[in-house]
Amino acid sequence: MSADTPPPLYAPQEPIFPRRVQGFFRTFKWWIMAVTLGIYYLTPWIRWDRGPNLPDQAVLVDLAGRRFYFFWIEIWPHEFYFVAGLLIMAGLGLFLFTSALGRVWCGYTCPQTVWTDLFILVERWIEGDRNARVRLWNAKWDAKKWRLRLTKWAVWFVIAVATGGAWVFYFTDAPQLARDLLSFQAHPVAYMTIAILTATTFLFGGFMREQVCIYMCPWPRIQGAMMDDATLTVAYRDWRGEPRGKKHEGTTGDCIDCMACVNVCPMGIDIRDGQQMECITCALCIDACDDVMTKIGKPRGLIDYLALADEPRERAGAAPRPIWKHVLRPRTILYTILWSLVGFGLLFALFIRSDIDLTVEAVRNPTFVTLSDGSIRNVYTLRLRNKHGEPRDFRVSLSSEEILRINLEADRRNLITVDPDSTTQQRVYVTARPQDPAARLDRTELRFWVEDIESGERAYRNSVFNGKVSP
Amino acid sequence: MSEQDIDKETGIETTGHDWDGIRELNNPLPRWWLWCFYLTIIWGIGYTIAYPAWPLVSQATSGLLGYSTRAEVAEEIARFEQKNSALRTELANVELAALSENADLNRYAVAGGAAVFRTYCSQCHGSGAAGAKGYPNLLDDDWLWGGELDQIAYTVRHGIRNEVDADAHWSQMPAFGEILEEDEIGQVVQHVMALSGQEHEANLASQGAVIFEEQCSACHGEAGLGDREQGAPNLTDAIWLYGGDTDSLTQTVTYSRFGVMPPWGDRLGEADVKAVAAYVHQLGGGE
Repeated sequence: MSADTPPPLYAPQEPIFPRRVQGFFRTFKWWIMAVTLGIYYLTPWIRWDRGPNLPDQAVLVDLAGRRFYFFWIEIWPHEFYFVAGLLIMAGLGLFLFTSALGRVWCGYTCPQTVWTDLFILVERWIEGDRNARVRLWNAKWDAKKWRLRLTKWAVWFVIAVATGGAWVFYFTDAPQLARDLLSFQAHPVAYMTIAILTATTFLFGGFMREQVCIYMCPWPRIQGAMMDDATLTVAYRDWRGEPRGKKHEGTTGDCIDCMACVNVCPMGIDIRDGQQMECITCALCIDACDDVMTKIGKPRGLIDYLALADEPRERAGAAPRPIWKHVLRPRTILYTILWSLVGFGLLFALFIRSDIDLTVEAVRNPTFVTLSDGSIRNVYTLRLRNKHGEPRDFRVSLSSEEILRINLEADRRNLITVDPDSTTQQRVYVTARPQDPAARLDRTELRFWVEDIESGERAYRNSVFNGKVSP
Repeated sequence: MSEQDIDKETGIETTGHDWDGIRELNNPLPRWWLWCFYLTIIWGIGYTIAYPAWPLVSQATSGLLGYSTRAEVAEEIARFEQKNSALRTELANVELAALSENADLNRYAVAGGAAVFRTYCSQCHGSGAAGAKGYPNLLDDDWLWGGELDQIAYTVRHGIRNEVDADAHWSQMPAFGEILEEDEIGQVVQHVMALSGQEHEANLASQGAVIFEEQCSACHGEAGLGDREQGAPNLTDAIWLYGGDTDSLTQTVTYSRFGVMPPWGDRLGEADVKAVAAYVHQLGGGE
């Protein structure tokens, strides 16, 4: 093969054995892991009292009942724009964080990273640190290797089952589902969901790891388009570290080529080669290098959060720029403003959300009915929503410039009772006597009012009355 | 393939095929892919044996498992009928006057009745039940044969002026073109116009009143209020089945009218008759 042959399209997976590391970023990541896993596993078990007729689970996606409960917020399907708004906020949030801090989502909070971290932690507990794991990898499949491997896989499997298991609790009452799952009475969909998520967690966290980030995930490819030369990435100050080598060999760079940064890397790369597609900016190499620098009495930060624009500046002898100068830029401020605008918009929409939901549909088949005394009648279908946990009574009335009479089917007091957490349809008749102008006018504007007879809250909808126009 | 032909550029074996000097590299499919492909073929053969697949002359092979979408639908229909059977039995036996006291049954009857109406009644009475010329509007408060639940149910069950059901509502207006002179008919028509408060010629109408009392009042009543026992319409109100203008009324008096409705009792069954009666009753004109 000649030298300019393109590289092969298939690369076998290189086993990676990340070494244990301690330091600021590692500690920070442990905390993030604890918080994110805690949120994921515990949220479905938080109770929230909404009254006797509504579920008491704080966060519940009730697909069958078409409701989304989030603490004191209840979202009905017609309010899906709240979810759309949250998705827009998530998108803008990712723009913001990516333009400021690069692949910070990948390095700290992506589930793939968090669960892989957890799986590697288990691996280290059972099989030992890097050197022991390399030895075990190369060892024959004897009893000891089988024992360690099976133990590791078993613990991974338990974590995977718990992961899939926690997911399904978001969709129905958690304690009840837990009982059903254990007594094999739960719906097959629950078991299938758990099985699929168990399989993916086990496979992605245990075996595929960095392969997911490099080959499967589209997000890193998109991120590349959102970064610029002021975006923070994890980088090596080669102007300070090179030429690298052992001190007694007479080299002058700070890098002693101890390979600590390479050994701790979960992606299996050498950060000293420069920015690479594989790097998820988990910052573990910063911790590893800082540790070594401290030991040999050099300043920390040989590997550090740096932007591309820092290199020429620092090469020219300037001092490192503080982080906030990287982060506070017109671009990130613009993203923050946009993000906040959407957020405030959603909050505003949430708080002005009417407590009474009313729609009016005029029945236009036929447009009007002539009654025996010559009166003209129009029929309307009112749809009233009650989002409360107790039944509510509404009084219906109408206002118009012309004389019109309103009456409800089977109720002379014009009251509609709406059951808790449900929608009621009510046919409403509006009549114009033969001598009233509305009976002969093509269109008469009118407005339906509903009033909660207990709280006095009101809402209205406009509609039109059709009369019988003489030819 | 007697000997391997290695491509010099890439070092990969070629297939040995040569098109004007262009040769094809032999990059075989990955094993796992190939085996999956073979598996899908085997699966596909098994599938066509187990399930209906191969089209034959009159129908397709039915498959070893005996599955059919038609049977699945039939099963689902049966399942829902089973679910509803208690409600339907209750509906078939309920006193219609007491229907409104049972909210669940009433809701079921109205919803089911709406479906029955759209299937069997809308052809004549219209999808919105507004009727048409000669086909009564069911939304208004005027009834030829009575607008109470039981009366509506009776009309649905037995129909009107049909020879199929001995209990059908029956009445027949004579064609007065054979009985009255043309100018007499004109006078009666003017009287009817007067009855319903429309524009009329007063002296013709007063002459017509005498004829009306002799010829029409037996069914329509002296005051023209009609008679539901005979399906004789009220002539004083604003609702006209065949039109209330002079021309339409002259035609009606001269040739008479004979509206027919088939009996539905046997075709629909008692539960559906009551359901459709409940639906029609709540459209706005029920009594």
